[in-house]
Amino acid sequence: MRTPISSMALVFLASFIGSFGAVFLKGGAGRLHRDIKTLVLNWRLALGVAFFLLSSFFFVLGVRKGELSILYPMVSLGYIWTLLWSRLFFGEPFTRNKFLGIGLILVGIALLNLGNR
Amino acid sequence: MSSETTTAPAVRKSFRFSRRQAIALVACCTIFGAAGQMLIKAGAGTLASSSPLAMVTNFHLMAGYSLYGISAALLVLALRDGELSILYPVISLTYVWVTFLSLLIFKETLNPFKVLGVSLIVFGVAILGRNGKGPA
Repeated sequence: MRTPISSMALVFLASFIGSFGAVFLKGGAGRLHRDIKTLVLNWRLALGVAFFLLSSFFFVLGVRKGELSILYPMVSLGYIWTLLWSRLFFGEPFTRNKFLGIGLILVGIALLNLGNR
Repeated sequence: MSSETTTAPAVRKSFRFSRRQAIALVACCTIFGAAGQMLIKAGAGTLASSSPLAMVTNFHLMAGYSLYGISAALLVLALRDGELSILYPVISLTYVWVTFLSLLIFKETLNPFKVLGVSLIVFGVAILGRNGKGPA
């Protein structure tokens, strides 16, 4: 069974939305203290969870059709966004290994597409 | 120097995982996560409509996301105590389990491109966690 491009696009969209979830969870987690109010009234954490829920909605739509052995590895594209936002919002540096990892992931996804038949 | 070691503060230490425990915990997470993916795929395949209501009332989907949630919570615990450079390669095992389980459960097929593609992704994710020597 050939995996349709539309399914890949949905998984890709899910990984993009999910990467924002991670940003807000990280931002919210940094503001947690030994006070339940910092958890309950933490809008960043709530927004992070909302992004993850939205992301899983699109992921489910994405895996309705097509092969999981093609679609699931595409989730790793989310790491590209995560590295980008980590630099932008948290000042985490780009390193050689990060570029190497992203490069391998991209080549891997290109190969998966060649194997999609 | 010696006064520092002898007058250690008497605060109650919170529980910490050892390196081996953290690795074992992450390995468990990858298995839970992969099992969750199987349930999510099974649920998505039988989904009556693409509405959020159809999703939250789908048993397989909800069971899958429950497993996924447990896996994520355990992962956060393990990541707190373990070194990222050791745990990332373990996390990337999820791609291996999902590929094998997809063949077994959904009768998907494998070809050399897929094998090479997933292998590169596994290595790529494993390398992401390593501390790079200097900026790129």
